[in-house]
Amino acid sequence: MLPLKEKDKPIIQKLLSAGCCARCVLRFCCVSVQAAYRKQPEVRLMLQTDDYKSKDAAESETSEDPPNKRAKLETSITDVQSEEEAAAVVKSKDGDSRVCVVCLGILQGLCGTTQAIKVSEAVKAGNYEFDTLVLSVSLPAQLCVREVSMVVEKGLVLDKDDVIQVKEAFKWIMQGMVTKELGGIAVVTKVSPFEVSVEFTHPETDADCHFLAATCPDCFKPTKNKQSVFTRMAVVKALEKIPDAKFLKHYPCPPTQPTSSCSPQVQCLHVSVFVAGRYNKFCRSLPQTPWVIDGERRMESSVEELIAAPILSAFRADGFNFSSSGREDVDVRTLGNGRPFAMELLNPHKSRFSKEQMKQLQETINQSSDKIKVRDLQIVTREAMSRMKEGEEEKTKSYTALVWTQKPIQREDISFIDDIKDLTLDQKTPLRVLHRRALAVRQRAIHSMSTRFLDSHHFYLRLKTQAGTYIKEFVHGDFGRTIPNLCQLLKTDTDILELDVEVGESHICKTNIQKSKHIPPTSDSLPHRGRSGAEQDQCPQGCRP
Amino acid sequence: MESVEHEDTKANAPSVIDRYYTRWYRADMKGKPCEDHCILQHSNRICVITLAETHPILQNGRTIKSINYQISNGCSRLENKVSGKSKRGGQFLTDFAPLCRITCTDETEYTIYSCIRGRLLEVNENILETPNLLLEKPSTEGYIAVILPKFEESKSITENLLNRDKFENIVSKRSSAQSQPS
Repeated sequence: MLPLKEKDKPIIQKLLSAGCCARCVLRFCCVSVQAAYRKQPEVRLMLQTDDYKSKDAAESETSEDPPNKRAKLETSITDVQSEEEAAAVVKSKDGDSRVCVVCLGILQGLCGTTQAIKVSEAVKAGNYEFDTLVLSVSLPAQLCVREVSMVVEKGLVLDKDDVIQVKEAFKWIMQGMVTKELGGIAVVTKVSPFEVSVEFTHPETDADCHFLAATCPDCFKPTKNKQSVFTRMAVVKALEKIPDAKFLKHYPCPPTQPTSSCSPQVQCLHVSVFVAGRYNKFCRSLPQTPWVIDGERRMESSVEELIAAPILSAFRADGFNFSSSGREDVDVRTLGNGRPFAMELLNPHKSRFSKEQMKQLQETINQSSDKIKVRDLQIVTREAMSRMKEGEEEKTKSYTALVWTQKPIQREDISFIDDIKDLTLDQKTPLRVLHRRALAVRQRAIHSMSTRFLDSHHFYLRLKTQAGTYIKEFVHGDFGRTIPNLCQLLKTDTDILELDVEVGESHICKTNIQKSKHIPPTSDSLPHRGRSGAEQDQCPQGCRP
Repeated sequence: MESVEHEDTKANAPSVIDRYYTRWYRADMKGKPCEDHCILQHSNRICVITLAETHPILQNGRTIKSINYQISNGCSRLENKVSGKSKRGGQFLTDFAPLCRITCTDETEYTIYSCIRGRLLEVNENILETPNLLLEKPSTEGYIAVILPKFEESKSITENLLNRDKFENIVSKRSSAQSQPS
């Protein structure tokens, strides 16, 4: 027995004659018993309420009804097995199965076993790793219009605030079936990292919503791409604005019979997984991100591609977002503990990795290239990504530069540099980055320096500076736009031949890279370079900063 | 071992300008003999306007009396202010827009021109305080101005300019033709 009341009877008649399907009738009668929706309800039973007297009432009922309605009632069947049979219940006298005027077939043929199988097949095809899934539904905007059309007509719906939404009813019906098809995987209602979304579209959506553009033009923004201007949000907004009377003038109530039902599309999406670590860069011709100009690649590979490739394939992700705490130029090496980085992996098909597996993945990355090395690779939370950029300003950086001088020098000539402490520079935006940065003067501090004489025209300069200091410009002066600069200090033209950076220990290690298991850096994971690593490795190709 | 290598590299080592900039020239600017300008174009399309080695200001031991960025009653290049990444507010210059006027102690006056179309980003204020920079280091610390051409025009602006070889040709033709005016 369906939980319907006597008072619902006249409404049920109206709804059915308007072209509503059985489940939509239940929705408008505010039936909140989930089980009632699961099996296709019988129209005939709908007219049997608790206090409905079968025979006499039936006679008086049929005498009032128009002839085609009677024919409909009499052809109803008692045992509903499938959607096809259920559809037969609402056959018109022409013999065509009618698409529901409100749900456009979503609660008719599109939420049965066939659909559940379709969904489960899409899930299996994706070969995802998951414990639970959440089902989400997206409906065409015109469903709101049609829903309003039923409600705005007086006397058709009693309690419009208690009307069950199409989405809810759909989920009540489908969740159990999908669980069954997937062999018992829990389909949860609220939150799950794995989302299966069913999107319904209908060709007449724009036509149905068209009148809203004329009556509430300010709700609809013109879109640049080919997408429809009738987005769900815009349509809902317009429907809230439009007064009932105006609505009735422009849109038929009840709505017109649609010619087809909706088409569903299933898509799976796993929530992003975040991976973080530190990287060293040993090559002087490797950009951080792919270097492409006018579609042409200018330099082979990049730090992010070398790190991402093995990770992407291990996690079977669709894409990634790479973020690091600062970055270095193409021709600068990153030594020491390495620069912290974090990656967001988009739609990972595999998301569970043990510590051992992460270690293995780190090893794979390190074996794949001698240009970079990764350490402390671990799975972190989303917060780690945003914290990557934090504290960049507070860090101290250590650099080693190979300096050339025009005038010949001796050891004594450069020893005074070792005594300079906390030198404040005024750096105008370097010309080499001025095309993409604002013109400004930046004050930056060089905390200390130390020199290592090489020969009469070369020496190594170690610097400890505030984050954001342009070292190259300090050495060559950048047309005198960085003051003071090394040329002025040494009273000769100077130039920088090579540069290495070591990111400061501080901050990053403990807080940024989360959280549960801080894997301490192992000394064996990097080839030993030592503090003055630069001396041993001058780039064979003579790359110049 | 190392010193020998480095001696050689020093001799051949390209300077910052050689590594990142292309030298372009405009000779006899506005028809005035030998008033040659050198435009240093960075690979990122930013241009630095400088005096070419052959410019009269740099000849005959001249010294500079004054440099004036006020090129007309209503316009001073010192008031040029750009803001933001897109450098809004910078004065837009055409080829013959004056950048500054330089007066030497021997009362000769010269106007330095933009030479290219683009947005003025900055003028060198250091030479106001230390005019000697212009005489000693005309190609680096003595630069005149920095201009950013429009993205679409970054290649076409060099169509009206001479490359180094062509410029040197013109210069050598001068000295063989007649003695240079002082």
